[in-house]
Amino acid sequence: MRATLTSPRLLPWIVGSVVALLLPLVNPNSYQLDVLTTALLYALLALGLNLIVGLTGLLHLGYAAFFAIGAYTYGLLNIHFGWPFWIGWVPSAIVAGLFGVCLGVPALRVRGDYLAIVTLGFGEIVRIAFTNLDRWTGGPNGLLGIAHPHLWIPGHGVIDFGVSSMPYYYLTCLATALVAGVCVRLSRSRVGRAWVAIREDELAASCVGIPVLQLKLLAQGCGGAIAGLAGAIFAAKQGTITPDSFDFILSVMVLAMVVLGGLGSVRGAVIGALLLGSLPELLRGFEQYRMLVFGLAMILMMRVRPQGLFGGTSRGLKIFRRFHATTS
Amino acid sequence: MSPFQLLLQQLANGLTLGAIYALIALGYTMVYGVIQLINFAHGEVFMIGAYAALTVMLVLSGVLTTAAAWWVLVLLCGLGAMGACAILGLFVERLAYRPIRQAPRLNALITAIGMSFFLQNAIMLLYGATDRQFPNPMPLMHWTCHGVTIHLMQLIVWVASAILMIGLQLLVMSTKLGMAMRATAQDLKACALLGIPVNRIIAITFVIGSVFAGVGGTLFGLLYGTINFHDGYLMGLKAFTAAVLGGIGNIPGAMVGGLVLGLLEGLGAGYLSAQWKNAFAFVILVILLLFKPTGLLGERVAERA
Repeated sequence: MRATLTSPRLLPWIVGSVVALLLPLVNPNSYQLDVLTTALLYALLALGLNLIVGLTGLLHLGYAAFFAIGAYTYGLLNIHFGWPFWIGWVPSAIVAGLFGVCLGVPALRVRGDYLAIVTLGFGEIVRIAFTNLDRWTGGPNGLLGIAHPHLWIPGHGVIDFGVSSMPYYYLTCLATALVAGVCVRLSRSRVGRAWVAIREDELAASCVGIPVLQLKLLAQGCGGAIAGLAGAIFAAKQGTITPDSFDFILSVMVLAMVVLGGLGSVRGAVIGALLLGSLPELLRGFEQYRMLVFGLAMILMMRVRPQGLFGGTSRGLKIFRRFHATTS
Repeated sequence: MSPFQLLLQQLANGLTLGAIYALIALGYTMVYGVIQLINFAHGEVFMIGAYAALTVMLVLSGVLTTAAAWWVLVLLCGLGAMGACAILGLFVERLAYRPIRQAPRLNALITAIGMSFFLQNAIMLLYGATDRQFPNPMPLMHWTCHGVTIHLMQLIVWVASAILMIGLQLLVMSTKLGMAMRATAQDLKACALLGIPVNRIIAITFVIGSVFAGVGGTLFGLLYGTINFHDGYLMGLKAFTAAVLGGIGNIPGAMVGGLVLGLLEGLGAGYLSAQWKNAFAFVILVILLLFKPTGLLGERVAERA
């Protein structure tokens, strides 16, 4: 398990980091950086959802709700109490994580498809609540005028991130790298192995003394907290958040990224998110056809490589269990 | 209007919407019953049904002008939508779902979602992103009974859905095809071994579900007068809620679930808050699943991951 800097397992990460760091210097096109930042935010979300769906095997269809809660928490704290981003993301992550746990207490009484439906219901309720509680959330118009982050850099004084792309790119890069690191460590830890055990066989896991409910709640909490962090970054970057940004399609997109990358694989989640997150933008030349192509790509991908890019080789996943065997 | 009349009026309105939910919910529940797939593209099939009906309407109103009676026009629209949706359902099953039927469950779900994106955007490209007016050739007839107004349109929704649901119940319970469908839902492998053409049964299930969605789409367009390419999303989700409410996989359950959901939504919008109308469906769904996960009529205990 000990990894040194030269170990082949770490090499892709190092190369990836160097490329990510140098990219804006080589290609300072702000539009493309913006697209990448969005894709990296997706990567954060995919990493969080991967803990819930990929490792623990809880099919979650309302993940955008955590993202929304994180974004609104930071937005409200910033607008009403002037909390700066660097402090504001902490309560965002905590509130979203706690929401995940609280939601998990009733929701985890049901399993499988039913859990998927309950989480879908929660996701919709949260979005509708943000739309209708207009006294606090600004209703359908959303929260306006959330401050962009400021950063003091020696020699440059205090800089405002403003609307330029590069600072947000580096910020999301940093966050994604840190979270990915945590996820890798987590997935190999005692907790991570227990999660996988629950996914593989819940009954057997509980029989060997794994506290199944607590660990499921922990997965929900960790996944929620990561989405909360992503939400805070999103709110700080946009300056404006509306409930429309957190719809069911977002939950589905993130799930598609996790599945594309391969369930349970950390690098799969990141790469899946980067691919799917930038694909609609890369297809912008086709403009109106891009979502059409996106849908088609999802269908074809499931036919050609159903286990995802980085998944399903070493472990037999319970979530991968086949339908009733049929004649072909 | 007395409170009691108001209540009856809300019930009548809720029942109309509920009948449409029930028509769509049947497609979800039948497909889930047979292959345990949450067919997320089903809401899109409903939406395409509405657009197919609109197309027939626009073509025919150019040809037939005023010569034809309104009910001929409405009937042809409905048939057009049914036909279009039947073909669509067949293609979706054959091209997207059948090849991955052996694949993991989550992949089927993702495929369904991809199909939903595809269909939605195909319609947006064909018909444009703005709301389309749906001309309604019906006379503005209504009856007032004890202060409760029933429109002709509502009556048609009730009658059409009642006929279809009774027909479906007869088909499933007392024909050989229905027996094969029920058997396939119970055990696909055993059916295949017994020589039941499982693939054909599954395809037929999709076609029937899609036909119902087509009728639902036609009625929806006639009832509301405008349609949009993303109408299928919310209606689909709610119809799915209805299917779960009644117990997914259970055909009478979907009918009951649709009607109950429509009624609750109508009452909720009337008495609590119209703003929160869309949240009711999901609150009901969540509460129900937590306390009675099998739905109102369901017996199926799903423990699939």
